[in-house]
Amino acid sequence: MTQKDDDLVLDGNAVAGTLSEIYGDDMTTVLAECASCGQVDHVGGLVAYVHAPGIVLRCTSCSTVMLRIVQTPTRTYVDVRAKRIAPPP
Amino acid sequence: MRGQLQWQIATVKAIRPETPEVKTLTLSLPAWVAHRPGQHYDIRLTAPDGYSAQRSYSVASEPERTGEIDITIERIADGEVSTFLADTVRAGDRFEVRGPIGGYFVWDRSIGGPLLLVAGGSGVVPLMAMLRHRDAAGLTNPARLLYSARSFDQVIYADELAKLAQKDGVTVSYTLTRNQPQGWKGYTRRIDDAMLKEVSAPLGADALAYICGPTSLVEVAADGLERVGLPAEHIRTERFGPSGP
Amino acid sequence: MAKIFDELISRCATVRYILFQLNILIIARATTLLAMPERFVTRGFVGRREPIASAQAGRIPPGQHAVKDFPVLSAGPTPRTPLASWSFTIEGLVKEPVSWGWEDFQKLPAEVFTKDISCVTKWTKLDTHWRGVSVDILLEHVELDRRGMFVTAFCDGGYTTNIPLPDLVNGQAFVAYEYEGKPLAPEHGGPARLVVPHLYFWKSAKWVRGLRVMERDEAGFWESLGYNNHGDPWKEERYSGD
Repeated sequence: MTQKDDDLVLDGNAVAGTLSEIYGDDMTTVLAECASCGQVDHVGGLVAYVHAPGIVLRCTSCSTVMLRIVQTPTRTYVDVRAKRIAPPP
Repeated sequence: MRGQLQWQIATVKAIRPETPEVKTLTLSLPAWVAHRPGQHYDIRLTAPDGYSAQRSYSVASEPERTGEIDITIERIADGEVSTFLADTVRAGDRFEVRGPIGGYFVWDRSIGGPLLLVAGGSGVVPLMAMLRHRDAAGLTNPARLLYSARSFDQVIYADELAKLAQKDGVTVSYTLTRNQPQGWKGYTRRIDDAMLKEVSAPLGADALAYICGPTSLVEVAADGLERVGLPAEHIRTERFGPSGP
Repeated sequence: MAKIFDELISRCATVRYILFQLNILIIARATTLLAMPERFVTRGFVGRREPIASAQAGRIPPGQHAVKDFPVLSAGPTPRTPLASWSFTIEGLVKEPVSWGWEDFQKLPAEVFTKDISCVTKWTKLDTHWRGVSVDILLEHVELDRRGMFVTAFCDGGYTTNIPLPDLVNGQAFVAYEYEGKPLAPEHGGPARLVVPHLYFWKSAKWVRGLRVMERDEAGFWESLGYNNHGDPWKEERYSGD
């Protein structure tokens, strides 16, 4: 990965504020399962691309899209592609 | 942690240089609440014409220091927000913040355990909050910091880390990857499995690891710690970018 | 999938109404930017915007500001396709699909294009210089079916964007492999990207591998998530419904 690439890649922690706006609660501790490869990560640990027209969270293992968010002035669009699992007891 | 986050107006109380490119701002918050070390605040700057920019900054200070937070910022040459915070902001200035945010990359006394902290560059900031909290709360769990930086003059909090390392239970190891001071006896290479094994072994498999830095360092360290025997559920990561937290 | 939405709905604190459209949850924001209370202005902050010489002001579409650098926006990891395995294909509603490998693609007649580009995130860059092949030339190699009205550009990494065929012809679009005289860098879409400068730059698909000609318009990556189907910066067609 080049230096430039490195700078662009963040994670779910970086969008915790936005997720909190949408869901009214901290979402970073939610476990998400990749629909493609089955990898399970906390939302906070998912790879995030935020320098885009929207936010895209991807699987740390296979890069498949897990969650996409666009916030326009009037609406928020949320596309959930991951499966969700309950947090461990 | 239910309830909508609200924006509040922070006042800059003090500014302290850390390294040539890094400063710490102390912000006094009217609606301060105790944060958990590792959490961050979002900062929002608004120009007179309504244009606004928002960034996240990890809290560097311990929650035991009430009413205010420290944020440590690295000035990035073409960074819109970091150059503003580094060059233009002065004591008495005010801007909007919201937080504290995040429940995943946090550590505090309620979690406990032997603590392994791995930092790359300015990724040390949230880990410093963890060490400062551990110290302020009088905790005695073993804690080891592995801190990767290009050179010693780029190490943030060096003096404070030296003091902490003199106390029982805290070990600080540096790896200086670009140049080293005369007589340097520490690591000089990029983080790898062998280094991680040496640093983590004394803590045992119960250790909780927090890794924060650029994405490539985070991946190398997280994969490496798993390979040297730390269970994946004990490893938490935060990817830092110059344009992110 | 339904179970996930039940959970999301129960967590959404700001819901006014909810729509489901192709599995995408759409939430009306309780406070729109228009209704927002006065923001707190930060002393001394103006942002990274370049002042525009008045001679150029007419070239900046509404709501945009000029930049000197070339911001990198990405929705995923940068693909790094080796040239030996790269190809560009035109398929779909054409009599015979056609495909070029890198060497053959380089042999196609190419031009230098100087264009202003505008990103929906509000930056505009004037006078960008590209070298590539006009889509008109590429389409000469296929026989288009009469029903072909729309095109989906598809890319390494899975990105797609949809463009009406009339917006891609008559010199309006090209597949570029050089930027400012050098091979197009991977973070800017290299080996080759689509460039459609009269539309917002999300339509100028990075890492493009081909065009699929279709009868129906199929919303691409951003179009399916609230962005405008067409995307004309001069009409500020940013979002759905604009």
